[in-house]
Amino acid sequence: MARLMLVRVARLVATLLVVTFLSFIMTSLLPGDPAVAILGQDGVQNEELLRQVQDDLGLNDPIIVRYVNWLGSALSGDLGESYINSGQEVSDVIADRVPVTAQLAVMAIVIALILAIPVGILGAYKQGRWQDKASSAGVQVALSVPNFITGIFLIWFLSVKLDLLPASNWNRISNKGIWANLQTAIMPAMALGLTQAAIFSRLVRSDMVATLKENYVLAARAKGLGDGYILARHALRPSSLSLATIIGINFGALLGGTVVIETLFAIPGLGFRLINAISQRDIMVIQGITVFLAVVYVVINFLVDLFYSVLDPRIRRN
Amino acid sequence: MPGIRNFTLVIRGERRERDPSMTATSSAIGGRLNRDSDDLLVVEDLKTHFEVPAGMVKAVDGVSFSLGRGRTLGVVGESGSGKTVLSRTLMNLNLGSNVHSSGSAIFEGRQLVGVKPKQLRDLWGLDIAMVFQDPMTSLNPVVKVGRQVTEHIRKHLGVSKAEARETAIQLLRSVRIPEAESRFEAYPHELSGGMRQRVSIAIALACGPKLLLADEPTTALDVTVQHQILNLLAQQRRERNMAMVLVTHDLGVVAGRTDEIAVMYAGRIVEKASTKVLFSDVRHPYTEALLRSIPKTSNRNHTRLAAIAGRPPDLINPPSGCKFSPRCPYAQPKCFEEEPPEVNAFEDHLFSCHYPVGTEENKAAWDRNLAAGRPETVAVATGSVSEVDIRAKGEEILADLTTSEGAD
Repeated sequence: MARLMLVRVARLVATLLVVTFLSFIMTSLLPGDPAVAILGQDGVQNEELLRQVQDDLGLNDPIIVRYVNWLGSALSGDLGESYINSGQEVSDVIADRVPVTAQLAVMAIVIALILAIPVGILGAYKQGRWQDKASSAGVQVALSVPNFITGIFLIWFLSVKLDLLPASNWNRISNKGIWANLQTAIMPAMALGLTQAAIFSRLVRSDMVATLKENYVLAARAKGLGDGYILARHALRPSSLSLATIIGINFGALLGGTVVIETLFAIPGLGFRLINAISQRDIMVIQGITVFLAVVYVVINFLVDLFYSVLDPRIRRN
Repeated sequence: MPGIRNFTLVIRGERRERDPSMTATSSAIGGRLNRDSDDLLVVEDLKTHFEVPAGMVKAVDGVSFSLGRGRTLGVVGESGSGKTVLSRTLMNLNLGSNVHSSGSAIFEGRQLVGVKPKQLRDLWGLDIAMVFQDPMTSLNPVVKVGRQVTEHIRKHLGVSKAEARETAIQLLRSVRIPEAESRFEAYPHELSGGMRQRVSIAIALACGPKLLLADEPTTALDVTVQHQILNLLAQQRRERNMAMVLVTHDLGVVAGRTDEIAVMYAGRIVEKASTKVLFSDVRHPYTEALLRSIPKTSNRNHTRLAAIAGRPPDLINPPSGCKFSPRCPYAQPKCFEEEPPEVNAFEDHLFSCHYPVGTEENKAAWDRNLAAGRPETVAVATGSVSEVDIRAKGEEILADLTTSEGAD
């Protein structure tokens, strides 16, 4: 186990080096100068001021030097300051935005699982019958509708028509309490979760179809156990391995990729801030968020690997 | 040894002369099937067909037999003879919309065929239990052994978790699993193949079934372990006075452990008799061929294995007439045209053959085929296994396995 951890840590370090270096190069290759963005149209007229700002930020150094400088301070825990909003620590930006997006992502995944597992099981159990065909058709629709359309529909239905929930905005748990927070979180989470549910239920269905052909399922039937019990206690766990993988991957993707929904619902999330930083060439913020997302990806994949051995005890020994 | 006592009753007067009146009509047999009101399981004209794009696979095609309480029936046949489908039909385990089962199987007055699985759930695992072929796949790899042994005990017998655990550990001990308490907490992959099959047997025995269906319970195991498992099954069956259907492709397996043997070919029972009678008085050419194919330990090294010529029959378009005729060394024109009726020779020795082994007609058919150079006949002739040898082999197997059963 210790060796396994060591290998993983080494892999994490390598991944982070590659990811941060690539994102550093990519952001530097973008047309546009952060110094210009900082000074605005007027400031740019002043050549000397512009040069000074560029020097202050180290923009005139070779890219490799800038990267090494950034890496050095990042390793000591300092992700730097935002170029644009002076005095704003990148780590503060992350600490401020991540809880919002993480909550959305977790809620989306939970909603997706609640929908997907019964639908997937039903499809496999009634394979080829109308229940299977109906749920497959539903899944197809859910997959092909973009999540902002789902979001708009939810706003129209739940906010405008039924007047149950606020159409946009975000209530922080720390300010307004959990209830007010959930009222603003539930709709975007549903919009995000529906697509995930469609993906998950397809996986559950196909894995479950294979599991139901296993001899141990026949053996469970031969013991006189009920179908529901067999599905839940004998078939679901062995059918969940690909689901676990996809949950891990999609959770990471949701953290960085919910910008459309965040924009639609006016949510101060991570993706929203990232897009902002990109348009302003705020390299420090981009770098900080990129590193954070990369770490989260690797950590989640590690957790998924651990979860495999919970799902299938045979993996534990090897 | 109650098993032996049982069939001495049946086989009184076996070494008999050929009875000229043995060509009884099959309708007489139907009446005899129900002779014993104490029958636990009565199967009549059971059919299971699978609809596939190429047509209808007639896996089980009209099987009838009955099984008394505490008695053991061996079902023997090669792959594709329908023996596994037969046991699965009795357990209603053939799933899918392409399965068509008909006929009747009455277990203690309850119909097992054509009934919704839900209505039989109180029977499965409680009164009828099954041991599967491959313990590597028939135990759930992600569920602890303990729960797999207790879950149906709790369901059927309504006992507490602690009581079920106690029963299960007793069971695991009774199937000779060492350190039963720690095995209770183990996962299947932590056990060897033989241990897993012992667990499967414990699961099947858990609720004290009246009928145990064992579908090739030792095929997937090492030879050394096979013997232990078979003896364990035989011992448990005796102690519990449980009826058993032992499905196997190996005549040697059923020899010392069954009261009766049914030989299946192409979805039908082609010969059925008490074990001792079957081995000492083979009538159907297919049974004879199966017996011939068991290698003898007294054979010289590199002796050719006596395989049965040809392949198992196509179950979608079975041969016309007798289904064994294309592979039969005795086949005559009549065999290819006319399906032989089931005949009751003596004391419930049933078989379906126009030229049964051991008759003058059979000998004449053999001579005719040999003279005509029928390949199936020549193959057997050049294998130079005489009928006397086969008879001797039957006796040998029987003697061998009856003694080893006692040694367990």
